[in-house]
This record gives sequence, C-alpha cells and structure tokens, in this order.
Amino acid sequence: MASLITCPHCGRRPKEEFSIRGDAVPERPEAAASEEAWHAYVYLRENPRGAIREYWHHVAGCRRWLVVERDNLTHEVFAVTDAREAATGDAA
Amino acid sequence: MTSSRIANVGLVDHSRVVKFSFDGRTYKGFEGDTLASALLANDQMLMGRSFKYHRPRGPVTAGPSEPNALVTIGKDARTEPNTRATVAELYSGLVARSQNAWPSLNFDIGSINGALSPMLGAGFYYKTFMWPAAFWEKVYEPVIRRAAGLGKAVMEADPDRYEKSWAHCDLLVVGSGPAGLMAALTAGRAGLRVILAEQDFRLGGSLLSETAMIGGVSAPDFAAATIAELADMPNVTIMPRTTVFGWYDDMVFGAVEKVQKHLAVPSADKPVERLWRIAAGRAILASGAEERPLVFGGNDRPGIMTADATRTYLNRYGVATGRKVAVFTNGGSGYRTAADLSARGVNIAAIIDSRAASADFAPYGVRVIRSGSIVDTKGGKRLSGIMTNRFGYDEMIDCDALAMSGGWSPIVHLMCQRGARPVWSDEAQAFLVPDVGPLFAAAGSAAGHATVSECLRDGAVKAHAAVEAVGRLVGHVNTPEVEGEYDPSFAPLWYVPGARSKAFVDFQNDVHVDDLALATREGFGHVEHAKRYTTSGMATDQGKLGNVNAVALLAGMRGVSPAEVGTTTYRPFYTPVSFGALAGTARAEQSRPIRTSPLHGWAKKNGATFLESGLWYRSAYFVQGEEKTWRESVDREVLNVRQNAGLCDVSTLGKIEIFGRDAAEFLNRVYSNAFLKLPVGKARYGLMLREDGIVFDDGTTSRLSENHYVLTTTTAYAAEVMAHLEFASQTFWPDLDVCFVSTSDQWAQMSLAGPKSRAILQKLVEDDLSDASFPFLAAREVQLKGGLIARLFRISFSGELAYELAVPAGYGEAVADAIMEAGRGEGICAYGVEALDVLRIEKGHVTHSELDGRTTADDVGLSKMMSKNKPDFIGKRLSTRYGLTAADRLQMVGLKPVELDKPLKAGAALLREGVEPSMTAGQGFVSSACFSPHVGQWIGLAMLKSGRERIGEKILVWDAVRSSEFLAEVCAPVFVDPENLNLHV
Amino acid sequence: MRYSALSILGQALSGNRGWKPVWREPQPKPHYDVIIVGGGGHGLSTAYYLAKEFGIKNIAVLEKGYIGSGNVGRNTTIVRSNYLLEGNIPFYEFSLKLWEGLEADLNYNAMVSQRGVMMLAHSDGQRDAFARRGNAMRMHGVDAELLDREDLQKMMPYLNYDHARFPIKAGLLQKRGGTARHDAVAWGYARGADSHGVDIIQHCEVTAIRRDEKGGVTGVETSKGFIGCNKLALATAGHSSETARMADLRLPIETHVLQAFVSEGIKPVIDNVIVYGGGHFYISQSDKGGLVFGADIDYYSSYAQRGNLAIVESTMEEGVSLIPGLSRLRVLRSWGGVMDMSMDGSPIIDRTPIENLYLNAGWCYGGFKATPASGFCFAHLIAKNEPHHVARALRLDRFERGYAVDEAGKGPQPNIH
Repeated sequence: MASLITCPHCGRRPKEEFSIRGDAVPERPEAAASEEAWHAYVYLRENPRGAIREYWHHVAGCRRWLVVERDNLTHEVFAVTDAREAATGDAA
Repeated sequence: MTSSRIANVGLVDHSRVVKFSFDGRTYKGFEGDTLASALLANDQMLMGRSFKYHRPRGPVTAGPSEPNALVTIGKDARTEPNTRATVAELYSGLVARSQNAWPSLNFDIGSINGALSPMLGAGFYYKTFMWPAAFWEKVYEPVIRRAAGLGKAVMEADPDRYEKSWAHCDLLVVGSGPAGLMAALTAGRAGLRVILAEQDFRLGGSLLSETAMIGGVSAPDFAAATIAELADMPNVTIMPRTTVFGWYDDMVFGAVEKVQKHLAVPSADKPVERLWRIAAGRAILASGAEERPLVFGGNDRPGIMTADATRTYLNRYGVATGRKVAVFTNGGSGYRTAADLSARGVNIAAIIDSRAASADFAPYGVRVIRSGSIVDTKGGKRLSGIMTNRFGYDEMIDCDALAMSGGWSPIVHLMCQRGARPVWSDEAQAFLVPDVGPLFAAAGSAAGHATVSECLRDGAVKAHAAVEAVGRLVGHVNTPEVEGEYDPSFAPLWYVPGARSKAFVDFQNDVHVDDLALATREGFGHVEHAKRYTTSGMATDQGKLGNVNAVALLAGMRGVSPAEVGTTTYRPFYTPVSFGALAGTARAEQSRPIRTSPLHGWAKKNGATFLESGLWYRSAYFVQGEEKTWRESVDREVLNVRQNAGLCDVSTLGKIEIFGRDAAEFLNRVYSNAFLKLPVGKARYGLMLREDGIVFDDGTTSRLSENHYVLTTTTAYAAEVMAHLEFASQTFWPDLDVCFVSTSDQWAQMSLAGPKSRAILQKLVEDDLSDASFPFLAAREVQLKGGLIARLFRISFSGELAYELAVPAGYGEAVADAIMEAGRGEGICAYGVEALDVLRIEKGHVTHSELDGRTTADDVGLSKMMSKNKPDFIGKRLSTRYGLTAADRLQMVGLKPVELDKPLKAGAALLREGVEPSMTAGQGFVSSACFSPHVGQWIGLAMLKSGRERIGEKILVWDAVRSSEFLAEVCAPVFVDPENLNLHV
Repeated sequence: MRYSALSILGQALSGNRGWKPVWREPQPKPHYDVIIVGGGGHGLSTAYYLAKEFGIKNIAVLEKGYIGSGNVGRNTTIVRSNYLLEGNIPFYEFSLKLWEGLEADLNYNAMVSQRGVMMLAHSDGQRDAFARRGNAMRMHGVDAELLDREDLQKMMPYLNYDHARFPIKAGLLQKRGGTARHDAVAWGYARGADSHGVDIIQHCEVTAIRRDEKGGVTGVETSKGFIGCNKLALATAGHSSETARMADLRLPIETHVLQAFVSEGIKPVIDNVIVYGGGHFYISQSDKGGLVFGADIDYYSSYAQRGNLAIVESTMEEGVSLIPGLSRLRVLRSWGGVMDMSMDGSPIIDRTPIENLYLNAGWCYGGFKATPASGFCFAHLIAKNEPHHVARALRLDRFERGYAVDEAGKGPQPNIH
C-alpha cells in the first residue's frame, strides 16, 4: 500500500493519485439517532493498530471512493473495493 | 613519493589523462579514476578534516561508506559540499576543494579542539553553557554554530535539470558484483524483465579488484563478458551510476541515477540526475559486504585504510597507497591484500595478526607478528609508523600506510528499512539480513557468503527462486570455477586493548571508545541512547563503517552479546540524495500547475494586473490612463459598476453539473436550505455544511432542466466540494440516482453587473431579458446573436442588477470582447477581483474570509438558510450543540471607523474601548475590509462577540502588528441598498 | 551531580571517571501514587513537575522501550507559541516561558535556541490571516511582528521571492520561537524527575489496565508484573487509542505517520525557523549543521515509524521551490513519527469518564513544543483534579459540547489538520 494501490477500476496506480479521508468503519446514523450516536460517528474512532478499513478517493483516476482494507502497521493491503459496492454489496 | 601510480596496472585507462584541481593545484589522473584514487596517485593522502577535532584524515575506504575524504566539488551554482571523493568519478575540469579547515587543510586552527578533548567528551554540551542564561544565544551558540557542518553551501539557484521516471521489472538486482551479475544473468536468460542497478560508474563490484581467476579468465574480464551478454538481452536494463536508496511499500524502490554528474558542464538537453521509482515484482539485494576497521589507538591517521580499500586502489586503480605498507588483520583479508601489494612490488612492513595462529600465507619474506596488536600510531598528515605490542613488548615499525581488516559486515541496509531488524550471528560475527518475505532476498556477501565462488553460486540460486516463482523455466547457467580464492575467515576483534591514544569508532564525528564508555557509564548504554548521546553513526556516512563496531563495543561494556544490544534503525537514504533529484522538475513555476482562466487573454489586453489566487491567476484590477495606485483603479471600477456596468471574469468559480432522477433529493440533503422545489429555470443560493454543523462552502445552484442542475462553488473549494459530493453520493446514499461532472474548466463565466447591464446584454442575446421574462434568479440557456447557446444566470454578488453569463471556454474571449464593445456607449468597464471584493463587502456578502471553517450559518446571519423542515441534511444533527449556538459566539457585523480617514484592515483585532488588551478581553476580529468609494470611507465586515446585539457600539480596532488603533462603529453588515431594490429592477 | 563548566573541568582532569548515571534503573515497586504510562517528553515532564511542583513523590514512569524512543526523539525540534485561537495561545505561551527557563530549572542544557520562527505569507489573504494571528498573539502579550517583503529579503536573501505561484508577500515573525535539542529534553526531564525520586522504568510494557468493581483504575499489568496505583496517567501520543482501549475508551483520534528529514551537515546558512505558507514545508538548521525539515503527513493511518516516497518527493519539491539553493545539497536521512491526529488538530489534557484515569493525547504535529506545558498542566490536573487555567479548552468532551479548538478550520477529519 501507500506506494501503489490497486484500484478496482483503474488497476495498480501510484499513491499520489489518491486522496485519503480516514476510517471507513463508522456509518452515518439515521437523522433521528441520538446525539451520542452522532457524536460517536463524527468524532470517535477505534483507531486500532493492525487491520483497518479506510476511505481512499481516486481523485486523479476514476474519481470513485474506495474502501481500502489494509494493515496500518505493516502497510499490507488486503483488498480494495468500490465504496458503493462496500456499502450496498452491488458492483458500481 | 609515498603513494603512487603503478604503470599499466588496474582498470583505469593509462592512455587518457584527465586534468583536475584540488585546493587550487592542478593534478593529472586517468579516465576510470575516482577523485580519491587520482589524489592518491598524486601522493595526496590528506583529503579532509574531521568534524569535532579537525584531525587530518585520508580516505579509509574506496567506496560509498567513506567518512573522511569529503570534499566540495564544483563551482558557483554547481557547488556540491560533502562529496565523497571515493565515489566521485573523475572528469576533466573537475574542481575540488577541501572543507572544514581554516586557514588551510594542512594547517587547521580548529585542530586545537583535539588538545581540549578531555573536556569535549560525549554530551559535554548538555552539561555546560547554561550560565548566564542570556549567553546561550549571544555567546555560546554562535561559537558552536561556527563549528557546525562540514562543507559550505552557496545557496544559489541550480542551473541544471532533473527528472523523474517510473520503471517496472520482474526482478530488480541491486549491485553488480559476483552475486548480482549471476542473479541478473540467470533471470535474464529465463526471460524475466530485469533491472540491474549499480551505484558505481563501472559495473562489476568487488570483481573489479579481485585477483582470483573465474572460469579461466581474470575477474574483471569475467565481469565484462557477463555484462556484455546482459547488455545484449532486450529484457535486461543495466543502470550504472544508479544508487537504490530506499525500499518502500509494495516493492517500490527509490533510486537515483547520476546522468551527468561526471561532466564539468552538463548538457542542457539531459538531466544531471534522474530519480527512479522502480516497481519491482521481486528484488535481490546483492550489495556486498563492508570491511570493518579495527578499533585501536591512533587508528585514524591518513594512510590507514581498510585492507579492501588498499586492494581496490591497487588492483582497480593501479595505485599503491604507500611505499611501505603495514597490515593489521584478524583474518585472511589482510594476507590477501599483502599478497597483492607484494606482487606489485610494494614493500610490506609487517603483518600484525591478532590471532595466535592461522593457515594464511604471508608473501615471501614478510614478517608476521602473531598475537600482535597496534597500540598507537605516529605521523602528522600521513602515517609514519605504528607502535605494535606483543605480549607486553612494544615495537615501533616504520611504514607510510596501513591496511586493516576487522572482519566483514554484510550490507543489509535496504532490507531493514521497513522495520525488520538485522539478526546477529555468532557464527558469522556479524549482523545478517532479516527474513522479509519471499519477494526480497539477499544474495552473495550481502547474504553472508564470503568467497567469490559462493557469491556467484548464491546469485544464481536466488535468481533461480525468483524465476520459478513467476512460473518461468530457468535457463542453463553454469557457475564458473574460481581459482586462487583465499580463506576469508576471521576471528572477532572489536577492540584492540592497550590503546595509547584515541581509538576511533566513528571517524567523521570523532567518536572514540572513551565516548562510548562514558555514555555507558552515564546510563546511555542502549544503542539508540549511545548513538544520540555520542553522535556515533550520525555523520554523513550514517555509521556504515563504525556502527557494528560501536554495537560490539557497547555489548562488551555492558557485558552482553551484540544480539542483545541490537542495531540502531536503518532508514532511507542508503547514501545521501540531492534535494534536486527528489524534487525533479517540480520546482519554481513547475512546482504547482498554473491555471489561467479562459478569459485570461481578454483580461490581459484590457490591462489587467494579475494576482495569484490559489492555483489561479486572477485579474485583480485594470489600470487605466494616469492611475498610479491600485486603489485609484479599484475605486473607479467599483463606482462604475454601481453607476453604469462592469464585466468581471468569474470563470474560476467551481462548476459542477449534476444529473439524475434523484438530483433534487440529493441537493436537498447536501445543502442546509431547501432545494426540492427549486423550479426549472431558477437559481438558488445554497449553503453547505460539514457534518459538524460548520459552514463548508456556499454558491448558487441552478436547475436547467428537470434532472439537470449546475452547481457553483467558491474558487478555493471547487475540488473539495466535488470530492464531498462524490463521497456523499457514493457512500451515504448510493441508492440515489445522481451523477456529477466537474466543468469548471469547460465554461468561461463572466459577471456583467450594474444598472446598465441589461441594456448591454440585450444587444447580444436573442431572448427577451426584461425583468418580467428574465427576473431575478432566473437561470436558463439563452441564444446569443450569432447562434451560440450560452447559460445565463441573473444573480448578483455586488447587489446591483447583474448577470452571470457562461459560454463554452473557447468562446470566452470573443464573447467578452463583444460585451465590452456592446457596452462601450453605456460606459462599461472591466473590473477585477479587488473591485468584486469591495462590491461584495459593501453588500455584506460573505466569502471564506468570514467562512473560515469555524463559523456557523447563524454566525454570518444566515440562520434562515438552515431548514427546519428537512428531516436530514449534512451537518444538521450536530449544528445544535451548545457551543455552536452559544450567545457569546462571534457574529458578523459591519464596521465603520469613526474618523473617516482611518484605514480598516482585515486581521485587526477588536477590543472594548478602554480595556487592556488580553486574550480574554478580545472581542473578535476584522474579517474583510476595503475602502468603499460608495460610502466614502473604509468599511469592513467583522466577527464580533454577540455582534448583532451591539449595533451602534463604538469598538476599538486594535492592529498591533501594523501599529494602528482607532475606534469604529458597529453597524449592520450592509452598506448599499439594504432593501435589495436594485436586484429587482 | 550538578553540571557546570567547573564539573566538566574537574572531570577532565581526573579522566572523566566520576560521571554518574543520569538516572537510576529501579525495579518497580508494588504500588505508586501515580503511574505515568509513556517515557517520552510529555510523560517525563509530567513526572518531573508532579514531583517538583506538586509535591507528589511516589511516582513511576513506565516506558515500553527506552526513554525518549517516541516522538520526542523524532521531530523537527521547533518551539513556538504563534497560535491563533484563544484555546491555544495561553497554553503554548506558557510552554514557551517554561522553555525559556528550562536549562536553569533542569540544570541540563537542552539548547533552547530562540532563533526566531518565521511564517511566510504568499497572498494578501494569507497576510491578513497572519495579521489576525499576530494581533491575537500580541493581545495575549506574545511577541509577534508582521514583516514585509523588503524586511524578509534582508534577513533571508536565499528565498525565492518571485515564485510564480507563491510569491512571498509578508512574514509573521515570532522572535522568541526557535528550536531545542530534542533528545536532551527527554534526558533533562528524566534526570530531573529521577533526582526528585521518580522511578523511571524502561522496557516495561503495560499490557492491561486493572479496574475495580466500580470501574475505577487500580493499577496496570505490565511485562514486569502488576503495579498498583492511585492514579493512572496516559501519555502515549501516537498510541493513545491503543492504551485507552485497555480501559474501554474510544478517542477522537486517528494515528498517522509524519516524516521528517535531515540533510548532510553544512556551514550555517539558515538562521531561523522558516515555515512555507505555500505548502506545509518547514526548515531550520541545527547546531551541528544539518538542515532539519518536514512537511505533510503521509495521510493514511499508520502505526509504522516510516513513510513513503510520494511525501518525500513533495517535501523536497516544496523545499526547492522555496529555497532554490537546496537543490545541490543532499538529504541524509528520513524518519517517521506516529502521531495522534485529533479531530480538531488540538490536544487533549483531561480526566476521563473512568475514575483515576487521566489522559494526555492528541498532539498532532505539535507535541514537541508543548512538552513543558503539557507536563506541567497534566501534573496540575493529576494532582488537583482540575485543569490548569491555560489548558481549560483542551478537554476531552469539547466535541460533544461543540467547542472544538480548530486552529486550521478544517473540521472533523484528522489527517488534514
């Protein structure tokens, strides 16, 4: 990872084509969810050392948001999925 | 003469003389020399001064690990300090100077530090220079800084070019010695795409100084034949002068190629250096091994170098490092060097062998002192003798050079850059490469093999594995027979007892054994602490020569194994890399793209002065006639817009086209105000929040047809908004049928503002533009006379009757010209972003000066933009938190200085009148300010605590950094047409 | 042993045999009043001030590696208090005042060098933003000067003033800002804490936090066994989420890696700290001659103390764009520090919802300069159970309450602060 990333649409591309947003695990709550749930969604992070899911945006490529599953200690990448697919289970 | 060239020996071309200079004196070398070998050939052993004690130093190596022989190469803007003479390829016209010596290399005042050395031990500076406190910056530190560094930088712009490139291969082989060549050959013959990278300008590695015969030919001839075969393979790329400096994730290697560093004046057509990012399927590290210096008293005098270096100067460069060379060794390497020297007629003063016995053969007639040691040396600028000791008996032996061997350490650097630590081996008495997985393997002496034949075989074996792993068949590769090998074994000797003068571990930084002992005594025995406390391993060679010795010495002092001490962390860069190579072409104006608007040409011919605005060049103002200051131009433009009309380039606004059945629903969720019911043909101002309830960006969005919108963003946030919309669409609501495309660069957009704007525009537009048929906030396609379809939006930033007209970018300049022509009778002018800013401040419209990432909609008086009815929009839920709705928040107000001539400036702070300035007394700040020709004085927008309750209050504008303070009146943030009458005419 | 020129002379005359260990290597006691997890700059300064200023004597600092092995030894050594927001300026100014008295206080020369920190502005808007910041600093009594281009050209003739994209328009100078010798800060605090009786226990990794039936913390399990405490203080920036997780606490933090660089040593050419406003590049020159610099984080979450080449290159691009004369100099070494990137770019010094558990975290890029004040304020909090007045804004619950301290105005995305 982080030197080369395999975009499911564009193939293996260098890191500098992507912008990275952060943790892809928290899910946006329902509007009516509690303030605690919203606070947790916007602000709190598990931030584990090891396997994580992270949002990457292929800005200089297909402009799709991707979910990159990787290890943040070894920088090994396990999988890269289109975010829509990750959210809905359907291919984008 | 003591060190000298031997006729017709070595791989340098004795027929091609190369002239160069060192410290102003001209010398001759041969093609194929390094600067160091050429200087040695001219009996110039003294090449540098050490950092701390300014001790005279000569080269201790013949390669990239050199700590001593650092010189400044080049002239003027091509000056390069700290260049290692041992790897600097000699070229005609090379100019080198010594460094860190004053007044001269031969006589250096700084060497007095050596006499003070008992007071300058490890970390002495942490214990003193504290009194009196003010003396640190004024007295002590300037003195210390004068001693800082080695070479001098000229700090001039670099005249040469650099570039970057990607390379891809199945197998990267780092190093072209016996293992590297055999690896490349094996993989190359099997059809793999191979890159063979070699830091040296000549391929062959240790084979170039090897005297053993390989496959019946000399080692250099074997290397040449192998390289010739590789060069003929289309699938093999040979990269000489290319140092692989870093191993990064995903098997990406950083490498730097010296393309024209061996030329006095490089061609402008090529870069001087090229950065390679090599994406390799697999890699083999064949970087060889480093011979360790021995740590004994006086081991740093010029003329003392490793046995391997001595041998390299002799066999590769044809240079004898002395007339009478002594050898100090703990293994076979010293004997081998003695044999080679002797064969070339160099006198061997003696071989001092630390071992009691060995099977090594000394050259005929050479005296061997077994169980011997050296306890001191003598000589000034060059070694003149060694004090040996055997069983307590001293003997002074005259010599003018010493070849030392303390055993070998594999060069494991690259494999340890990603967190794996090298592994101590008691058997090898060295740190060996760690297992970093199947993709990256070490071969040859980097993998701990010692003999040439083992290295050849191991290179083939490791490549074999790589070939099989990619499913190819291995071709036939014979490992050739090697004759004349020596026994490379050695017995560990980390410290030679009885030192009578300093025994150096880190030559450049002058770290000696006593420093490590002091560090250990004071509790800095951890290898990282010892490094940081003594600076051992922190010089430009990064401890390539000394670190393993330091580790073993610490182990001895702590009474543990080197395994327990471990190594310090290996990090890029393997050897130092120029800023220039890493920056590549991305410097000066190439460092970021320059974006010019499609109306740039129009603005230019109308006399625009341009302003850098993010990545854009925007027209700031248009000087006319006798106008001498930018204010005169801006004032005229502003007044003219309010009285007649003006045309401004607003093409830099972000423009996003949105399509889809659910586009309305989508917009309704990303904007805080309602968008579901926006009619076709209408524009609406919209506010976007971040999820934390803070304003993100604003702009207008127009519905061009049922499922087609065009959204505008501010210039600065165009990219962020696009990414934000894509994120929301793809992750929050993938079920919504909506898609976007950024068309910021596809449309030229211009704002035509002022009471006469309709009259002017109507001359160019077929459609009826009367207020009835094209009212305020109308937005639709219109046809220009001549047939061009354009988009017209009746929106206003200035508060006047105004339109924004968008045409395909290529038509921009022609349309703008036509508008100027059509408006000539109405007194149209071009106006720039400065006037635009004045107009919007007068009208109280916000920009990112107010929306600074900390403001809520309510802070800037836009609470009505926060829909109460929508169940959800981005930022809704957290916008009601206590801190975001507190009564004492900063709220936007207008400001007018009480005295008309006081210039209000953005960034000034606000204080209550008569209150002492303090953080808690702060009332806010001026966010935007300008001279308003309409109002006739400076005005501003400000963020003021509970501001809206304080209209009419006098407040102190406190601008300490610009030495101004005066009173201003708080007013409503609208200075023209508060009833918005002008918008609806 | 008191350090001075005299002690050095005395030792020199007697063969430097009398220097003593700078800190003891004690075995852990069964119980301490306060255990501080993390032997970095913040943990050690916390221990020092707790013992010296707040009279608590029974203290242990537990460090899983060697002291100073975290970010205190992996930064670009800049100290400054040129902040914008009310929640930050008093805190960092307090820190700078402590830096100014540090050597005298510790009897250890951490080489605090007030060489000046210059932030460059490249547009009118940026100049105005710096004016706002400078005024905010001045309101609090912090030194700040807004210099124009001509002033800057005299001070730093080697900068590229007419860069096509980022011409230099102005500079905000804090003369009292500068640099300090990073490792020496850790060692000086360790020596000071040790001399006040603090047990510094290296190579002692905390593996679990033990809590009583009511949830309160009673001690820690470590690689050297269980150690009890009345109060547990976490100062493990970079790994705060991992340590807090042992007490079932989730934090508003993501961990990222920031690279930094040093060049080969050259004779002094750059006198002050320079911060490039056209990017993130910052640079100074150490007393040894190396140019010490850095820029952006690598942007992806990382606990590895190493980065990748893309950021290396963009850092050099910014460097050469700002200072063209760097081009032929050479970069010697890069390294990476893992950092707590918080949700608003500001740190946290606060109690936690868990009884007896105190948190010092979220230092983002800026932990080094905060070292003295962070320790002092954390010690104050631990000793008195109430925040020090300069650290009142740095609470853990500020996000829930809507009081983010967002210096950059970037919102809740950690990697862009």
